Amino acid sequence: MTLATDHPPAPPVDGALHRSVRRKKLVPYWLLLPGILWLLVFFAAPLVYQASTSLQTGSLEEGFKVTWHFATYADALTEYYPQFLRSVAYAATATALCLVLGYPLAYLIAFRAGRWRHLLMVLVIAPFFTSFLIRTLAWKTILSDGGPVVRALGSLHVLAVTDALGVTEGHRVLATPLAVVCGLTYNFLPFMILPLYTSLERIDSRLHEAAGDLYARPATVFRKVTFPLSMPGVVAGTLLTFIPATGDYINAELLGSTDQKMIGNVIQSQFLRVLDYPTAAALSFILMAAILAMVTVYIRKSGTEDIV
Amino acid sequence: MTATATPGTSGTDVRLAGISKTYGDFTAVHPLDLSVPAGSFFALLGASGCGKTTTLRMIAGLEEPTTGTVELAGRDVTALPPYKRSVNTVFQNYALFPHLDIYENVAFGLRRRGIKSVKKQVGEMLDLVQLGDLARRRPHQLSGGQQQRVAVARALINHPDVLLLDEPLGALDLKLRREMQLELKRIQTEVGITFIHVTHDQEEAMTMADTVAVMNAGRVEQLGTPTDLYETPRSTFVANFLGTSNLITADVLDTTGDDILLRAGDTKLTLPATRCTATARTGEKLLVGIRPEKISLTHADDAGTVADGRNRVTGRIAQSSFIGVSTQYLVDSPAGSGLSVYEQNVERDSRLVPGAEVVLHWNPAHTFGLDAAQNIEAGTDVLEAVPDAREAGT
Amino acid sequence: MTAFSALARRLRRNLVVIAGLLTLAFLILPNVVVTVFSFNKPNGRFNYDWQRFSTDAWTDPCGVADLCGSLSLSLRIALWSTIGATVLGTLIAFALARYRFRARSSVGSLIFLPMAMPEVVMAASLATLFLNMGISFGFWTILIAHITFCLSFVVTAVKARVMSMDPRLEQAAQDLYATPLQTFLKVTLPIAAPGIVAGALLSFALSFDDFIITNFNAGSTVTFPMYVWGAAQRGTPVQINVIGTAMFAVAVLCVLAGQLLGRRRKRS
Repeated sequence: MTLATDHPPAPPVDGALHRSVRRKKLVPYWLLLPGILWLLVFFAAPLVYQASTSLQTGSLEEGFKVTWHFATYADALTEYYPQFLRSVAYAATATALCLVLGYPLAYLIAFRAGRWRHLLMVLVIAPFFTSFLIRTLAWKTILSDGGPVVRALGSLHVLAVTDALGVTEGHRVLATPLAVVCGLTYNFLPFMILPLYTSLERIDSRLHEAAGDLYARPATVFRKVTFPLSMPGVVAGTLLTFIPATGDYINAELLGSTDQKMIGNVIQSQFLRVLDYPTAAALSFILMAAILAMVTVYIRKSGTEDIV
Repeated sequence: MTATATPGTSGTDVRLAGISKTYGDFTAVHPLDLSVPAGSFFALLGASGCGKTTTLRMIAGLEEPTTGTVELAGRDVTALPPYKRSVNTVFQNYALFPHLDIYENVAFGLRRRGIKSVKKQVGEMLDLVQLGDLARRRPHQLSGGQQQRVAVARALINHPDVLLLDEPLGALDLKLRREMQLELKRIQTEVGITFIHVTHDQEEAMTMADTVAVMNAGRVEQLGTPTDLYETPRSTFVANFLGTSNLITADVLDTTGDDILLRAGDTKLTLPATRCTATARTGEKLLVGIRPEKISLTHADDAGTVADGRNRVTGRIAQSSFIGVSTQYLVDSPAGSGLSVYEQNVERDSRLVPGAEVVLHWNPAHTFGLDAAQNIEAGTDVLEAVPDAREAGT
Repeated sequence: MTAFSALARRLRRNLVVIAGLLTLAFLILPNVVVTVFSFNKPNGRFNYDWQRFSTDAWTDPCGVADLCGSLSLSLRIALWSTIGATVLGTLIAFALARYRFRARSSVGSLIFLPMAMPEVVMAASLATLFLNMGISFGFWTILIAHITFCLSFVVTAVKARVMSMDPRLEQAAQDLYATPLQTFLKVTLPIAAPGIVAGALLSFALSFDDFIITNFNAGSTVTFPMYVWGAAQRGTPVQINVIGTAMFAVAVLCVLAGQLLGRRRKRS
C-alpha cells in the first residue's frame, strides 16, 4: 500500500465528465426560463408600461403620448394626499389592531391549545374559504344601525366617546372610519396570525421554564424571551397586513362612505371610471414607492432582513 | 512515502491516484494516493473539515474530483455517476427516505436495478439486522440504532464491492455506539466486502479498522495499523489526536549509536534511533514523546529503587484524579509542565498526592522522536461532532 | 374571599386563553352571520336585516340570473391558474432551492416584489399593458393576471419545502442505483409534494377569491367575486349566502376528513 501526500496534480479527468458538468450548469436556467419569462412579460413589463403611461398626456379620443409630463405626479399628490394619508393611517391602525388581537390567539394555539391545536387552526383558516366579499358584507349586518352591536355600544356610551373622537358619527358605526378599520382588521387578521403562530411554535417551551427558573416573572418571560423570539413572525405579519391594507379599496367601498375613501378607491375610479390612465398610473407609482420605502425602513429597523 | 499495512486478499480493491478536490480557493483534499485492499476494514480518521468525508464522497461518485482518478477493482470509474458504481454508502444521519417504509427503503436499490421479486432478499437482509418485524414502519418511528441498521441493510442488500460508511455511528449515544461497532465489525467479517469508514472518533477507528488513515487539513498525515499509529506516531498531530501523548522538547547530544542521546531540562533521555521519524542532528532540537500509560511513578524517597537504563524525569504532582481502573496524574517537571501519567490502581502508593516529589521513569523503547519544527499542540483541541462544512454544499 | 382571589388568579392565568378565544369569535362571527342569513327571507333587494326563516334559497341556489355561471367561471379560472402557477412556480422553486447561479438574487427579488406590492398597483399596471397592446379583456386576461400573482406564492411554498429537504436523500437514491430521472420521480417529488400541494391549494384559494386584480382585467366578464361586488350595489340575493355557507362547510369537511385520514394512517 502506498501513500503520497505531496503529489503532482494528475491530469484532468476525461471529457465525458466535463461535458456533463457543463450541461448540469445550465439546468437552473432551463428551470427558471418559463416562469421568469412569464413574470418579465406580465409583471415587469406592465410596470414599465405604467411608468410610461404616467408621463403621458392626451385624452381618450385623441390618444395618449409620452410628453414627460412629470406634473401629473405633482398634481396627483396635491389633489389626493388626504387619501394617501388616510390609507396609511387606516392601514397602520388596522395592523396594530391585528397584532394586538392576533397575538393572544397565536400564542394560545402555539402553547396552550394542547389537543385542540388542530381544531383551532382549522377555525382560523376556514373562514378563508367563504369569499371575503361575502364576509365583508356580513359586517354590514353586524354593524347595522339598529343592530345589537350598535345598540350595546350606544347604551354603554362607547359611541358617545367615539363620536367625540371622530371615529364614528351620529351614533352609528357603518359609514365611519371605525367600520372601515374594523373591516380591514378583520380581513387581514389571518395574515397576522399565521406567521405569528409559525414563529411562536418554533420556540422551545423549555425556554419559558428556563427563564422562570432564572427568576423571571411571567410578564418578564414574555417581554424578554417570548416576544423577542417571535419577532420574525411579528415583522412578517405586520408586512403581510400593512401592505395589502394600504392598497385596499373594498372595505372603504363597502363599509365606508365618501369620507373614508382610500387611495385604492381613487386609483380604481381613475382607471375604471374616469379613464384618466396617466393619473391612475402616477398614483400607483407613488403608492408603490411609498410602500417600498416604508417596508425597507421597517425591515432595516427591525433587523430581520433575512425574512425575505 | 510507503507504509506497511495488512496484506489484502485477492479481488476488489479501491485505488485513488492523485485525487484532489478544491472549492474555489479552498482545497478540501490535497492530491493523494491511497489504495485499500479488498476485504479490509479501512478507516479515514480526522477532525471536522479535514477532507475525509470529501474523499469518501469522491469514491461514491457524489463529488467530482478536481484532479486524479478513482479505480474500483482496477477499473477507472472517475467519470461514472454514483448510480453506475457498485459502491454503496451508509450516510451520516442515515438519509432514510421518509416517505417510504423500512421494507421499501431496503428494497430501493434492487428495484432501481429492475429486480422484480425482492421479497426474499429484503426479508433476509432485515433478519440479518434483526428488524424483520418492523418492515412496515416508517423511518421516523424507529430509534436511532434501528435507523442505523436499516441504513446498513439498505446498502448491503446490493452486494456492493465496497461499502462506504460516513460517520455511521455519530448520532448514537455512547453505549449504543459500542454495540454497533461490534455489530458492524461482525457484519464486515460475515460478508467479507471492503468497508471504508469515515469517523472523527479515534477509539472507533482503532477498534474497528484493520488500517487507519489519519487525515488533517486535506492531507493524510499517517497510515497504518491502529497499533502502528498509536505506538509510533510520525507527527505531533497523530500523537495528540490518537490518545494522549507527552511531548517534551529536547536538545540532541549524540546521534552516533543505536540510541540518540538527548537532554531535556536537567535530565538526559535516550531514544532508539529506529523510533525517531525525524533526522536528528547534534545540537538541534527534537520532540520526545511518551504515552502516559507507559510511565511509572515512584515517590522521590524511593528514587534509588528505579532500575538503571530507564529514562527518568523528576517532578512534582500538580493534580491527581481517580478514574476507577486507573489514576491520572499531572506532573510538573523542569523537562516540561503538565506531563500526564496513568497508573493502574493495583498497589496504590498513598504518598502520591498533589505536592509530592516524584520520579517519572519508563523503558526507552517506548519513546518516540518527532521533528521539533511542528506545532507541539497540533491535534489536541480539535472540535468533534461538528459535521463537515462541505458536505451540505452542493 | 379566598374563593374570589382564587377565581381572580385563575382568570389572570387564563387571560391569554380568553383573549385568544375572543379573537377567534371575531374571526368566526361573519361566517355565522352568513350562515344564518342564508335562511333569511328579506323584504327588499338587500339581505342585511333579519326578516323570517326560509329555506327558499337553499332549495334553489341557482335561482338568480348569472350567479351560478359566475361561480363556474371562477372555478374554471381557479383550476387553470392553479395548474399554470404550480408548474411555473415549482420549476423556479427548484432552481432557487437547489442551484447556485448568477442572477440568483435578482430572481429572488422578481419573485418577492409581486407579493410586496399592493394588489391595486399590479392590477392597474397589467391592465395598462393589455390596453396598450390592444388585447380585449376577458377569460384569458383574467387567467394571465391570476397566474402572475399566484406564481410567487407557489415559489415560496415549494422552495421552503425543498430547502428543508436533506440533500443526502437524493444522494442516497443515486448511490442506490437510481438514475437522475428516477431520483426525481421516486424521491424528490414525493418529498416535495406537500409543499407543491400547499402552493397549489393557496393558488386555488387566492385565484378563486380574487377581486381587485380581476376587477381591473375582466372587462365585462363576471367572476363570482365580481358578481358579489355588483350585488352589493344592486341588491344581495340570499343565494350568495348559500354559496358562501356551502363553501365554508365543504372546506371544513375536507380539512377534517384529511386530518382523520392522516391520524388513521399514523396509527396503523
